[in-house]
Amino acid sequence: MVKAKTANGPRRRGGHRATKLAPRGSLHSGDNFLGLVFTAPAMIGLVIFVAIPILLTLWVSFRDWNGFVSPFDSSYVGLDNYNELLFKPGIRQTDFARSIRNNFYYVVGVVPIQTVLSLVIAVILNQKFLKGKSFFRTAYYFPSITSSIAVTLIFIFMFQSQGAINAVLPFDNINWLNNANGMIHNVLGVFGVDQAPGWAKSVEFMGLSLWEWMAGPSVAMFAIMMLVTWTTTGTMMLIFLAGLQSISPSVEEAATVDGASSFQRFRYVIVPMMRPTIYFVVTLGLIGTWQVFDQIYATNFGGPRKTTITPAFWIYFQSFRNSEAGLAAAIAILLFVIIMFFAFLQRRVNTSKGVT
Amino acid sequence: MAVVTAKASDLSQIAKRVAGYAALIFFALLFIMPFILTIVTSFKTLPDIQQNPVQLWADPDMGWTLDGIRGLDTSNVRLPRWAFNSFVVTTTVVIGRVFLDSLAGFALAKMKFRGQQVMFASVVMLLAVPGVVLLIPKFLIMKQLGILNSYTGLILPLMFDAFGIFLMKQFFEQLPNEMLEAAAIDGASTWQTFTKVMLPLARPGLIALTILSIQGVWNDFMHPLIAVPGNPDLATLPLGLANIRAAFGNAQPWNTILAGTIIATIPIAIVFFAFQRYFVQGVAGSGTKG
Repeated sequence: MVKAKTANGPRRRGGHRATKLAPRGSLHSGDNFLGLVFTAPAMIGLVIFVAIPILLTLWVSFRDWNGFVSPFDSSYVGLDNYNELLFKPGIRQTDFARSIRNNFYYVVGVVPIQTVLSLVIAVILNQKFLKGKSFFRTAYYFPSITSSIAVTLIFIFMFQSQGAINAVLPFDNINWLNNANGMIHNVLGVFGVDQAPGWAKSVEFMGLSLWEWMAGPSVAMFAIMMLVTWTTTGTMMLIFLAGLQSISPSVEEAATVDGASSFQRFRYVIVPMMRPTIYFVVTLGLIGTWQVFDQIYATNFGGPRKTTITPAFWIYFQSFRNSEAGLAAAIAILLFVIIMFFAFLQRRVNTSKGVT
Repeated sequence: MAVVTAKASDLSQIAKRVAGYAALIFFALLFIMPFILTIVTSFKTLPDIQQNPVQLWADPDMGWTLDGIRGLDTSNVRLPRWAFNSFVVTTTVVIGRVFLDSLAGFALAKMKFRGQQVMFASVVMLLAVPGVVLLIPKFLIMKQLGILNSYTGLILPLMFDAFGIFLMKQFFEQLPNEMLEAAAIDGASTWQTFTKVMLPLARPGLIALTILSIQGVWNDFMHPLIAVPGNPDLATLPLGLANIRAAFGNAQPWNTILAGTIIATIPIAIVFFAFQRYFVQGVAGSGTKG
């Protein structure tokens, strides 16, 4: 048996050479049929549950559909849904503007903080003179693998007005989860600006006054931002750790020999070399944060006073709780455009910066 | 003089090490304390929780209690049922994904057939589509197929996942083509080559796909939310827990709620600690491969 195999050896190699011109990795000439058989089950499912739904969303977004009757029985309304969201003054426009504002502040808060925090933690963890790496790595990563709903409940418990966070903080009890005041308004209030100046009140965009646009995240949204940062930092840290391990130790040693301080090494050696990974983590963060839903649903269902509604939540609310599935589909398409923008940005950055 | 500088650098080394560990421990506490507080709180009595929300031990006067866990099996909080559903859904979906994704991944990586490139390009495109955008039509399609409020509705749509196909294709691609050629010369059929030669070699990839899917499906909230809106019997753990606070009135029994979060976390924690290496590789791989 063994002999037969060794005898086969040279012949096989000869055969290999002879078929070198055939496409690499090709099995049999029957691949055309078998290839389809192998891929068909997965592909048909993807078409039914992913590809067709995208087209359906687009189609439904041009209709006045309540979500109950068959969408074929609904009437075609052209761009009305988009018009009501973007241009036509009214509650729908204002609510959509609110959702964009809330999500915008959420993104602007969460993405930089989770990126910087996870990079700093990864760099510390990557120091050769520190032991117990895998223990700490596990501790930091653990929140990332838990259920978003479970973690949200834990945070609601801690952020109650009689809860752990207020017990630890040296302020008067803060009503975190039911506080609709904007953080920027709060800061302005400290400087005595607690009323909208005339110009901020009179200038309006999409039904919200400039004063409302610059409210910042509400205190409730701020609590959700902390919760999300806490859960995602571990994932980003793992990605940074993988990137850091690809930096040759000799580079850092050379910088040390040249007399660079720890901070200088971080700023002028690590950050530039990690630039592709940083771009990746930032775009990943941008794509993820524009889809925030679970935490919004479980914390306050968009409240207080609609200060935690986001486009993703508003899609759900309008279609499943407000019988405005057509309008919700238009929100979905607009959100899709936002997210695709960042997804393409990520792909461009990745290919041009040569992340391999 | 030399001795002095040596000592100074020793000192700075020690200082650095102390600062390094201090930072690591600080962050470890930040990430782990909420879980410890959760575990402790779920065994405390309600008045105790009210009075001492941060204390990591039960007040001696009030003692420890199992009331929290007992509250998880009542008429409107049915954690055993939710856990059972989560278990059924996760197992079925993961088995389905491993089967479908490895088949498709293998074909895309190692076979040559018409439409292959278009197919892979579409998989990559679908990969970028955010799930929340598909919420409404998914509901519509499930309604049309008559699988709303059923296990089929909970399970079937989750089985098809572009990421898994992508992941498995990447893994199969790394395997040498010589193995295929050798198998072909030995007279193995394509199916035999796939099951006997390639699948065993792709084991790390299969494990990565399995655990990432277990985590994703077990924790998934959005799909059950729209798939079983009218049947509380079919709620999974995240869905049941998300509505648990509404099940109680104004007085929230936090020991019960937090005990629920622990039970939802334990299975995933076990998988995590058993297969940590693959979790780390999976996430790191997603980062470096883009």
